[in-house]
Amino acid sequence: MTTPEPHAGNVWPIWEVFVRSSRGLSHVHAGSLHAPDAAMALRNARDLYTRRNEGVSIWVVPADAIASSDPDAKGAFFESPQGKDYRHATYYTKSEGVKHL
Amino acid sequence: MASQTLQSVPAEPSPARHEMSPEDAARRDAEGQAYFDKVMAEDSRIEPRDWMPPAYRKTLLRQISQHAHSEIIGMQPEANWISRAPSLKRKAILMAKVQDEAGHGLYLYSAAETLGQPRDAMMQDLMSGKAKYSSIFNYPARTWADMGAIGWMVDGAAIANQVPLCRASFGPYGRAMVRVCKEESFHQRQGFEILLELSHGTPEQKQMAQDAVNRWYAPALMMFGPPDDDSPNSKQSMAWNIKRFSNDELRNRFVGMMMEQVKVLGLTLPDKDIRFNEETKKWEHGPLDWEEFHEVIAGRGQCNAQRLERRREAHQNGAWVREAAAAYAKKQARKQAEKETAA
Repeated sequence: MTTPEPHAGNVWPIWEVFVRSSRGLSHVHAGSLHAPDAAMALRNARDLYTRRNEGVSIWVVPADAIASSDPDAKGAFFESPQGKDYRHATYYTKSEGVKHL
Repeated sequence: MASQTLQSVPAEPSPARHEMSPEDAARRDAEGQAYFDKVMAEDSRIEPRDWMPPAYRKTLLRQISQHAHSEIIGMQPEANWISRAPSLKRKAILMAKVQDEAGHGLYLYSAAETLGQPRDAMMQDLMSGKAKYSSIFNYPARTWADMGAIGWMVDGAAIANQVPLCRASFGPYGRAMVRVCKEESFHQRQGFEILLELSHGTPEQKQMAQDAVNRWYAPALMMFGPPDDDSPNSKQSMAWNIKRFSNDELRNRFVGMMMEQVKVLGLTLPDKDIRFNEETKKWEHGPLDWEEFHEVIAGRGQCNAQRLERRREAHQNGAWVREAAAAYAKKQARKQAEKETAA
């Protein structure tokens, strides 16, 4: 993994931490930490976020490498599913009472 | 979460604030405020990159960073006893607890950073004495029984304070609190156990336990902050769904819990005015020395200078570790780059 450049004043970059709590589940965002490189970020993440067996696997990602949707675009960006109830099973009511459907 | 640094890929990027015309900025603020108000009314959560009133951001930043500082300074009174713990088991437990306090500090710095303040700046504010932290950690831990009293009463008060904070309106703060609260209950129980063992020990041990309870009782009660009529910021914090109960409400509830638990310990609380008010259905306690509280907050408690000195010393002593790790990372990155060019 590429390591982001240390910020001004030799401050360690921020890494976002994702923890898989047990086999079969997705990694979930747990928080962040500072570390000089990926190996240290993983070690720190283990010490900080899995002191009580909270995880079986950890991802660390440089915070700068994450792209996110614009918070101001709340409505517009997620507009597409609006009015498309037919994407949900509950839209189809005529089959009510039919078994195994 | 360091969402301030996250890149944004909107369908139509909204321009940075300084690039906006005054009219556009005003419109954005109005829209932001309306959305913020809606979130508050629905008791939903604000996330780091949402628009928020500047005062809301400032209040949170102050509260979360002070909370983080308290965890970091809070390591000291107990670390002081690690080398003198009465058994290997107690030593291992105490080390795990102090490690947890460091972890809690880091969860909280992480939450505070999402508001745009770098951790280094917060650390500097702590070490320079500019930032405040909980008054409780400026009292000395004199005997082993203090480890019991701190766990039972100080962590107990912290839990009473923190459980409602799990529902704080700022997402990262609430999530950090959920994690913290899960871990705190071990802290409180181990403290209770220490006191229980001492109170069933020799008369001297029992006396030591009682003495610790006597000394930590009032400072623990003052952890909830000044009385409601002397707490000007509480009302706004409650309107913003950061605080869910007033200082006095939480304090009274805590006194009630202590009253029950102290009986199991076979000890007493040093307050003859504790009573359950049948009319208000609330617990009441005797007067507290708020002058002392303000003195400690102002930096004139028993251990303020010692705590800050120790923090600065630890930071300086760790400098070589930070430098070495940064140098190693740089070297590894250079090697990696050379390998890639060669390939």
